[in-house]
Parts: sequence; structure tokens; C-alpha cells
Amino acid sequence: MSDISDRVKKIVVEHLGVEEDKVNENASFIDDLGADSLDTVELVMAFEEEFGIEIPDDAAETIQTFGDAVKFIQDAA
Amino acid sequence: MRRVVITGMGMVSPLACGVEQTWKRLLDGQSGIGPITRFDASRVATTYAAELPLGDGGDATFNPDDWMEPKERRKVDDFILYAMAAAMQAVEDSGWVAETDEQKERTGVMIGSGIGGLSAIADTALLIKEKGPRRVSPFFIPSALINLASGQVSIRFGFKGPNHAVVTACSTGAHAIGDASRLIKYGDADVMVAGGAESPLSEIGVAGFNAARALSTKRGDDPQSASRPWDADRDGFVMGEGAGVVVLEEYEHAKARGAKIYAEVLGYGMSGDAYHITAPAENGDGGYRSMRAALRDAGLTPADVDYINAHGTSTMADTIELGAVERLLGDAAEATTMSSTKSSVGHLLGAAGAVEAIFCVLALRDQIAPPTLNLDTPPEGTRIDLAPHKAVKRKIDVALSNSFGFGGTNASLVLGRGEV
Repeated sequence: MSDISDRVKKIVVEHLGVEEDKVNENASFIDDLGADSLDTVELVMAFEEEFGIEIPDDAAETIQTFGDAVKFIQDAA
Repeated sequence: MRRVVITGMGMVSPLACGVEQTWKRLLDGQSGIGPITRFDASRVATTYAAELPLGDGGDATFNPDDWMEPKERRKVDDFILYAMAAAMQAVEDSGWVAETDEQKERTGVMIGSGIGGLSAIADTALLIKEKGPRRVSPFFIPSALINLASGQVSIRFGFKGPNHAVVTACSTGAHAIGDASRLIKYGDADVMVAGGAESPLSEIGVAGFNAARALSTKRGDDPQSASRPWDADRDGFVMGEGAGVVVLEEYEHAKARGAKIYAEVLGYGMSGDAYHITAPAENGDGGYRSMRAALRDAGLTPADVDYINAHGTSTMADTIELGAVERLLGDAAEATTMSSTKSSVGHLLGAAGAVEAIFCVLALRDQIAPPTLNLDTPPEGTRIDLAPHKAVKRKIDVALSNSFGFGGTNASLVLGRGEV
């Protein structure tokens, strides 16, 4: 479980160039971590690649925060 | 008529990162050409090129981190990174800071590229073949589009004036400076950040120009001798990467803020060959008409031209350009110096015209014509001094820069001395 969280966090830190301690449960990619809409598309693609899953577009739209992402991937994996 | 002057310059070249460092090494007769390290060149016919000197930024090396954060770099092809570096240098050099809304709206950007994000396109095509279209990055299109150089620079500085991009192959840089000058003359802007950028050093880029039989292939044992404009033993151009950007400014605007004025854009001429997709018209008529138009725009005669920075790519076309220049100058040929700086920095394609315009500005400032390296066997019978091997100290009040591109597109800039 924490393994998934760590891997997601690593991707977010790398792609958005943010400090690790900013990436908490409720951190919104767009509002708190400086992402734009294209960044979020790329993030979702990176999650797909890392975890070998497919995240449909309508599901991707519900992933707004770091917590959303971890939860989605835990459920999907 | 509004006058246009150059108040800032920036450059990333195979000789150095920075205008003054490049210029010093150019005058010193150094070459920016060497074996290709950027990709595995074992499958292409040409194994050498003019690559940027990458490094930590010391000794005028190019350190990408100095110009764009890693996070931002993933969203741009290299030509945009180079454009950003040259633009940042030029804007800083000019001292121009657009603070008010009006100042921002009166400052525009026109940085072009010949090919744009060629590597991004090639890499993405391979990715689609391997992993399918769902893996294509959302940044693919904005990383590859040519006008995103202008777009990225405008976003960085908040320049909200005309945002435009020229795409005319190897004439791009000259057309960009000329067109941007016209925008200032016409009143669309008071300041324009203009130039060209290119990053063609990938397998697809070299293979493409090899297939067109345009590149030198025979000098793998001594790459620095490969770019030899007008020399009897030349066998094609040497491709290079980089960017050149200038800050163009309306004269009174520059004077009012006490800016240093490097040079004035006196004239700009254009023409089309209407002849062949890659070869210039054999009688050189396109280049001749381009130069003639630029002089007419400047209100000058051929005899006024002291220095010409030739297109001079180290191909068969050099002879055609030389003929066109001789036709233009007539008896004034004896008093004119012409050199090709591509002998040192290689051919930067869409960046070439901008980089070479900057060399003309520096030639005007320092009263010295940069050399044509490797010109061991000059063409017989020409009366023009082609500055073989060594820079030529001389009076230079007016300089002309030629750029000719695939498709038969020609541009000439006429520059005059500034107040530095």
C-alpha cells in the first residue's frame, strides 16, 4: 500500500518539479502543485505506464488530488 | 519613416554559449565542428556536425539548466530551448524591461525555425509504432510546433505584442529579422525579439540532408576542414545547431531609454528563384535580386557595401552566389570583403541568418571581417577579398548578410553602424 503511495509520489515530484513534502493526501495537482491541464494528462499516462493499468478518460477526470490517484491505483491494481 | 536599430543580441552557437565568446573564437579562427556525439551516427553517411559545446556553463559551454528548468524542458524540443537561451541573453543585453501593460503590448516576438521539432516528431512516430497512440505525450504538439519558440519566449517575458514565426528553411533567421523590422517600421510594435533557432542533429535530420546530397561526407578524418566555402575541394555543407536572437527597437524608443545601439537595420530585400526545390537558379538571379532589393530599401548603392556575410554553405551553390555578388558590385568588388562564417560554425539552417546578422553587427562594431576558414584554393579570377583563413581589419560602415533557402527563397539584410 505504502509502496503504491511512494511510487505515485515519486512520479508527481518528477513531473511537476515540486517538493516531496507538498505532495500530501489532499494536495490538488492543479490548485496546489502548479499543474495545468496538459500536466495532468501526462501524469495519468505516467501512472498507467508505472502500474501497467489503463485509466479511461472519464476516470482520469476524477483524479484531482494525490489521494485520488493513490486510491484509484490501489483499486485498479 | 520609423528607423529600426539593434539594441540586444543573444546567441548559442557551436563555438560557444554567448555572443562575445563566439565572436572571439570566430575571429581567432576556431572551428565548432567535430564528430557527432548527440546520436549514434554509425548508420549515416555524415559522421560530423557542428554541435553546441555542452557543459556546466563554465568556459562558455551550454548548460540547459541555466535557461529552462528540467520540468519545462520536457515540454519543448531542443530548438525551443536554444531559442529561449538566445532570447534571454538578447533581452538582458538590451536592458529592455517591459513593465507596463502598454510596454508589454508594444513588444513582440518573431523567432523562426527551418524545421522545428524534428526529433520530437521522429521519436513520437517511433513511440506510436512501439506502444500505440495512447502513449503520445500531451506536450508532443506544443514541443514541435515552430511558433512555440516565439510562444515560449513571450510567456517567459510577458511580451504581448505581435507573436509570429518565420519558416523559410535556411533563410528563416534573416527573414525573421527583416520582417520584424518591418513590423516596427509599420508601427505594429516598438520592440521585437527576433531571430532563428534550429536543432537538426538527429539521425532523421542527417539522413534527410544526406539523401538530398547536401552534406559534406568525405572529411570524417578531419571534420574541422569539412566546411570550406568557395574552396575547390568542398563537398557539401556541415550541419549545425543553435540559435541567434536580436532585440530590434524603434530608434527614438531606444534613444529615449538610453539603450546602447549596436547597429541599424538599413535595408531588407527578398526574392524567389521559381526554379528548383533545393538548387539555386544557376545564373544566381534570385540572390542578385534579393541583394538589390535590400540596397534599394536602404537607399544605398552596391559601392557602399564594405562587408558581405555570404550564405556560402560550402556547396556548389557558393560559386553561384559569388557570381551574383560580382554582378551586383561590378567594379566595387575590389573594395569589398566577403566571408562565410559557416566555415567555422557550420550551417545552422533556420538559425543561420540570425547568427550571421549578429556577426555583421559585430563586424561593424569592431571594424573587422571574420575569416573564411579552410579556403586553401579560392576560385580563380574573383576580385572580391574572401578573407581566407584570417580575419581582415578594415573600414566597415555597411554590411550585407545573405541567406538563401530550399524552395528558392532568398533574403538579404543591410546593416549600418550603430553608436557603440
